Amino acid sequence: MAGTKTEENPIETRSVLGMHLAKTLVGLALGLALTTPLAASPVPDGWQAIREQARGQTVYWNAWAGDTRINGYIAWVGQQMAETHGVEVVHVKLDDTSTAISRVIAEKAADNQDDGSIDLVWLNGENFAAMREHELLYGPFTDTLPNFALTRPADNPEVATDFTLPTDGFESPWGKAQITFYHDAQEVESPPTSIEALLDWAEAHPGRFSYPRIPDFTGSTFLKQVLIALTDDRQALDAPVAQSDFDRLTAPLWDYLDALHPHLWRSGRQFPDSGPELRSLMGAGELSLAFTFQPSEPAAAVADFELPPSTRSYVLDGGTLGNVHFVAIPFNSPHKAAALVLANFLLSPEAQAHKQDLSVWGDRTVLDVAHLDEASRRRFSDEADNPAMLAPEALSQTLPEPHPSWMTALQAAWQTRYTAQ
Amino acid sequence: MLLRLTPVVVLVLLVVPILAGVAMALLPAFGYLPALGGESFSLAPWRELLAQPGLARSVGISLASGLITTALSLAVVLLFLAVAADTRLDRWLRRLVSPLLALPHAAAAFGLAFLIAPSGLLARLFSPGLTGWEQPPDWLILQDPWGLSLMLGLVIKELPFLLLMSLAALPQLDAPRRVALARSLGYHPTTAWLKGVAPALYPLIRLPVYAVIAFASSVVDVAMILGPTLPPTLAVSVLEWFHDPDLAKRFLAAAGAVLQLGVTLAALLIWWGLECLTRRLGRRWVENGRRRGGERWLRLTGRGFLIITTLTAGLGLIGLALYSVAGFWRFPDALPTTLTPRHWQTALPALGGPVATTLVIATSATLLAMLLTLAALEHEQRRGRRTATLALLYLPLIVPQIAFLFGLMVLLESLDIRARLPLVILTHLLFVLPYVFLSMAESYRHFDPRWTRLALTLGHSPNAAFWRVRLPMLLAPILTAAAVGMAVSIGQYLPTLLLGGGRIATVTTEAVSLASGGNRRIIGVWALVQAILPLLGFILAMGLPRLLWSHRRGMQGAP
Repeated sequence: MAGTKTEENPIETRSVLGMHLAKTLVGLALGLALTTPLAASPVPDGWQAIREQARGQTVYWNAWAGDTRINGYIAWVGQQMAETHGVEVVHVKLDDTSTAISRVIAEKAADNQDDGSIDLVWLNGENFAAMREHELLYGPFTDTLPNFALTRPADNPEVATDFTLPTDGFESPWGKAQITFYHDAQEVESPPTSIEALLDWAEAHPGRFSYPRIPDFTGSTFLKQVLIALTDDRQALDAPVAQSDFDRLTAPLWDYLDALHPHLWRSGRQFPDSGPELRSLMGAGELSLAFTFQPSEPAAAVADFELPPSTRSYVLDGGTLGNVHFVAIPFNSPHKAAALVLANFLLSPEAQAHKQDLSVWGDRTVLDVAHLDEASRRRFSDEADNPAMLAPEALSQTLPEPHPSWMTALQAAWQTRYTAQ
Repeated sequence: MLLRLTPVVVLVLLVVPILAGVAMALLPAFGYLPALGGESFSLAPWRELLAQPGLARSVGISLASGLITTALSLAVVLLFLAVAADTRLDRWLRRLVSPLLALPHAAAAFGLAFLIAPSGLLARLFSPGLTGWEQPPDWLILQDPWGLSLMLGLVIKELPFLLLMSLAALPQLDAPRRVALARSLGYHPTTAWLKGVAPALYPLIRLPVYAVIAFASSVVDVAMILGPTLPPTLAVSVLEWFHDPDLAKRFLAAAGAVLQLGVTLAALLIWWGLECLTRRLGRRWVENGRRRGGERWLRLTGRGFLIITTLTAGLGLIGLALYSVAGFWRFPDALPTTLTPRHWQTALPALGGPVATTLVIATSATLLAMLLTLAALEHEQRRGRRTATLALLYLPLIVPQIAFLFGLMVLLESLDIRARLPLVILTHLLFVLPYVFLSMAESYRHFDPRWTRLALTLGHSPNAAFWRVRLPMLLAPILTAAAVGMAVSIGQYLPTLLLGGGRIATVTTEAVSLASGGNRRIIGVWALVQAILPLLGFILAMGLPRLLWSHRRGMQGAP
């Protein structure tokens, strides 16, 4: 594989990567996308060329595979892509997204500029910030995707913002997550609806609540939720942590946790490994109250016999933390055209509506449904009436994520305080 | 001619990748990894490592689990062998060794977790009847901070390994005559075995023991399921740092991997020191002339422990099987309220590809390993003395995987080698070869040389003697070693994922990625699938000699 070795900058690398037509085509498409108004999104000529180039390519899509429903949805996407676009999708099943990132780093370390093993990766937040910082991503590309306009990013900034950082078009939105609490209604009649009430509830029900061990993603999100609820300076959280007095700002969080821990599962001497582990403990009867970052998880778990049918979901008063998850293309993907076509398909009303279907996955759409055309809107209209599922309006109060540096700082501080006590 | 090259081939295949991988891990450990902006050497990763909360404790638990697991497993094996007689129970226990060995570590660990957790099978069996529990007790049993459940999980897997190695080595000691001699001097049979056979057996199983120490001090999967968490063992911490979204932690992880190598070496050194001590003290005990003492206690512990571990593993498997067909299963119900085939129905269509890939990789790696092992051993036989360099075979067992795999991946990328399947097979060979060699070596070395001599006297060439006498007569141990090799290959996760670039899906990569979702029912399905493949291998290995040599009783292999 020949190819001039251009340095670091992914925008520059893009031009060497395509080798054949790709660079001109993608470049053309980008140019077009930037000049065309987003709303109408007629298929630009450049996009047509990308689609033709994608035909016959194989996309290696690296995605966390700990959920059979998500895996099933990805398999469905693969079928659709093969039928309508002639693109083969291979789901590279990961237990942890960082494994894929390791791979890209190794390839970059070995100066592999155009024949990487990953074409698309599912990520957000810290992983995106890290890959962006080390210039491991290809882009900007979202404006190339005809369907990206359906998210109406101007009105919905969250689809172009990842943990306060602008995505700059280096990742394409895929779905939405939000902290959702759940409980067995037969056992707990009135669960706590605020962070303060949670402490009282835990005191009254010792050993029946816990949160995943830091640095787990869901666990870290819980810390941020508590911090947001207790801090008097929410604005400081939008800026990098270095700009504020970390100790002063987080003091209420640590006081809260110090008070909470003795009443947690295992008296706070041990924590569940992950969000899914929390669900597993709920199913085994070890916990009475838990939370997840996937609002559809409790209902899906009921359908999979993991949780009792009397499971109910809710969000805290004043809303909970939520964010968008994305797909991105590594800088050295050899099948960028097919990856773009796949990213675009993931944003289609058809794929988004299928994903939101609770019997499939139940992941919320990133499209601005109210502004879709009639036919597309109807795809989303049959909201499943599942008692374990959160009412759709409950998710209207979404608190934004703090700057990603807060997560890192909170994790380090938590580990220093609570490890090896 | 070709035979003479074997040690060199083995050396190149095993030692070069590992040393190269370790070298590539040393660079980032000292701050050098240009892809992540580490342009110059520094001690910063080490300073950061030392500042990690709970580091001392992580190291302590890694060391302790390495040493205690090994000591416990070895003690139980020796006690069992000392008290074992030709009873039905003992024969049955010996026969269970292989299936237990076939059980993948992660599957055994999940089985144990499902068994002893406060909401596990044991608590359900006795609740609420005996215990009165309507809710699981809030007890810290799994992942306890002292690493006890981790050690128990490891013993379940290491005990069968050491027992198999001992059973393979015993015949060349002529134990029955040693015991008979001691008994004629008035020693009780158990004491006779402990004083007359054990000291001679230990040197023969020393390398497997070292392998157990290295494994137990650096294991990742079992420690993630059963090990302590605040802090976890060093190997798990290293993996967490490698997985941290903050890429600057990769330097810390590299330093941690190097420290892990040091910890494993330290565990081996400490053991070696204990060996010297035991030799000195033990000699006095052997020579003290006491003919008996504590037999009943020894008999109870020797057999008791083995029965307990076997039962634990068995019950764990039953737990996995129950979960794999469970509908909703509320505590404290001993059995699921409803049973459903759904979890298997979702899994089965996805099984074909991974199973085929797993078999291709495992068979290739095992065949290669078997070829090299037989060549090396035959070379040794014809040369008349052992090849010292072969000790390097054990390097892959002693250097922790995470210490060299990432480095190896960068190296191969730099060399622009992308043949993924062959790469994965060769990486599996790194781990399969030592185990195949360990399982084969003693049988091969103690093969009665008179058979070969007889063949040579009858005018056959050394090659003909190998193909027509030695090989057929060693069929049983060869097949057992092959089954061990297959089991090792089937269980590999990180090498498959990293070297295969994520494009090679085996049963184990599927199982581990699905397990990250924490769904016990799906874990049950995949742990069983993962356990069934190697088990089939062992069944074949035990069945084939009986079938092929049905008319020759002496060649049907061990009981």
